[in-house]
Amino acid sequence: MRLKNDSDKLKYSNVWVVAEVLSGKIQPVTHELLGAARSLADAKKSKVWAVLLGHNVKEQAQLLIPYGADKVLVVDDSRLSGFSDELEARILVRLIKKYKPEILICGATTRGRALIPRVAVVSECGLTADCTELSIDPVSGDFLQTRPAFGGNIMATIRCPFHRPQMATVRPRVMKAPDADFSRNGEIIFEEVTESDASKIKRILEVFHSDDVAVNLADAQIIISGGRAMKGPEGFKMLGRLAARVGGAVGASRAAVDAGWIPYAHQIGQTGQTVQTKVYISCGISGQIQHLVGMQSCNLIIAIDKDPSTPMMQMADIAVVGDLFEIVPGLTEEIVKL
Amino acid sequence: MKIVVCVKQVPATNDAKIDPETKRIVREGMQAILNPFDTYAVEEAVQLRDKFGGEVIALSMGPEKAALVLREAISVGADRGLLLSDRAFGGSDTWATSYVLSKAIEKIGGVDLVICGKQAIDGDTAQVGPGIAAHLDWMQAACVMEVCDADKDTITVKRMHEDGYDICEMSLPAVVTVVKDINTPRVPTLKGRLASDKSEIPIWKPEDIGAQSSKIGLDGSPTRVVKTAPPPIRNSVTKKITGTSAECVKELIAELRLRSIL
Ligand SMILES: Cc1cc2nc3c(=O)[nH]c(=O)nc-3n(C[C@H](O)[C@H](O)[C@H](O)COP(=O)(O)OP(=O)(O)OC[C@H]3O[C@@H](n4cnc5c(N)ncnc54)[C@H](O)[C@@H]3O)c2cc1C
Ligand SMILES: Nc1ncnc2c1ncn2[C@@H]1O[C@H](COP(=O)(O)O)[C@@H](O)[C@H]1O
Repeated sequence: MRLKNDSDKLKYSNVWVVAEVLSGKIQPVTHELLGAARSLADAKKSKVWAVLLGHNVKEQAQLLIPYGADKVLVVDDSRLSGFSDELEARILVRLIKKYKPEILICGATTRGRALIPRVAVVSECGLTADCTELSIDPVSGDFLQTRPAFGGNIMATIRCPFHRPQMATVRPRVMKAPDADFSRNGEIIFEEVTESDASKIKRILEVFHSDDVAVNLADAQIIISGGRAMKGPEGFKMLGRLAARVGGAVGASRAAVDAGWIPYAHQIGQTGQTVQTKVYISCGISGQIQHLVGMQSCNLIIAIDKDPSTPMMQMADIAVVGDLFEIVPGLTEEIVKL
Repeated sequence: MKIVVCVKQVPATNDAKIDPETKRIVREGMQAILNPFDTYAVEEAVQLRDKFGGEVIALSMGPEKAALVLREAISVGADRGLLLSDRAFGGSDTWATSYVLSKAIEKIGGVDLVICGKQAIDGDTAQVGPGIAAHLDWMQAACVMEVCDADKDTITVKRMHEDGYDICEMSLPAVVTVVKDINTPRVPTLKGRLASDKSEIPIWKPEDIGAQSSKIGLDGSPTRVVKTAPPPIRNSVTKKITGTSAECVKELIAELRLRSIL
């Protein structure tokens, strides 16, 4: 809502985390956000609430408390088994009206990025996408949200002085998940789906979850990425073996995806996904700007290429000059031995 | 099927400059392109029209020269273009932009489907598509990788998720945002180019779409950019590893251990 005056701000309190559950499991990003919410709530001397929407999620609600939730709002309904943006948005809008959180954060996952804009528009408040840094302005008490734009070439800090709640989606793997503290206490509150929430919602006909960790780029700590140099699908199988060894995911440049060697879900860059992992191992990717914008925020970048002069080799933290068809299998083998 | 495809003119990535005073993108003198994701949105709209009949209207909000991206859409098959351009629209964030676009869509009237790109490469927010759906209270599907089926009342789409996909059916009118996987955009024909050069691009102002002045531009935007800065500087020294492949492997493993990655 747009605030009428400054004292209107006082009507809003607490930091909400919208939890994400996939195939019955709370996603790591939710734990990370609970950690971030804790420090925001401490700065504001308020509480952390988690909001959990799903089907058969009652047990999961309890599991949010050890990570820092003081209260958990649960909506458990069979209509929430698939991802219906309209339904989830209406529920959230209603709960926001009822409980008036000051801040709401959600993972910048495909679901979060589709859902929260809808909530923000209807709730008449601002929304900052893909944040990587969150804090409270000591002077105004406003929520400061910092995010990369222009493919990571600029960091912008944003606030919403005249609207509440203040909303942000936050990139997975950027905030640190707290250690679980099973002695923490918290309260669980159940809410229902109303008839009007559930009117005019999409019908989910089919859901396919892949168990293959190699494709989930958002959740990975390590990405092994290949480009045109992989020469074909076989090359990506070689990367897959290394990824499996280190529990990482496989990424690709557009050149490799366009050649049909690996599905689009693996593409990193301007027309693919943006990733921010701990480690990014680039194998035969020259590092054109369209690829770099998708991965330049990774913590440690390792490049393997036979040409030391490519942009990727120049920007990498570690540049290995050599033939990747020997180095990658060598690495896989040595890591087994460790 | 009456389809609106929302297209945005964006700076070619490496060209982005921010005005230190206003904190806004300097759009003057920049090299501008059609947002790459929107090329897939246009292609999908044209393919659906060719299959089901109807009309494709390319819609953009931006400065007058944004008419160029509308011409680009027309050159590959859109029937006409509409530009929302006025000083009062300037400074709009995603809330206000999606409001303006939704008002224009209402004004166009009888629209069955709105197609947007997954995200624009300048703002990188992916918020405008769902925002339009929210303003209109229509159903939405983001990151669509395939339109499986459609008729005059419904559309069935396949959505891409991190861990797989799902297929869902929505009643029309609806909004979808598309990813690159959905199609291969065509290149303009000479005839298409000529048609796009000749076409009139009407310019709509706030009063033409009945937009409330408190909901557009800076006034209508809840977010305020307080600061922009270059990204944190990466460790700029590159550690170079050379030698035989076996030596490279050994040294790389040592480096990874040193950094407690292995
Ligand atoms: C609008 C637009 C959007 C785009 N979006 C994206 C995007 O989202 N993602 C993306 O990745 N690209 C994107 N691109 C394309 C991008 O500009 C590059 O063309 C692409 O990233 C190049 O892929 P590559 O590095 O795999 O291939 P190349 O540029 O061909 O590089 C291959 C590298 O492999 C090395 N090599 C070859 N053999 C070996 C070997 N045996 N051992 C070691 N090294 C070897 C070579 O020295 C070279 O450096 C986009 C382009 C445009 C115009
Ligand atoms: N000013 C605009 N004019 C027309 N369409 C836009 C505009 N801004 C965003 N869009 C559409 O919304 C999509 C997502 O943009 P964004 O939310 O800015 O990342 C784009 O791919 C376009 O389809």
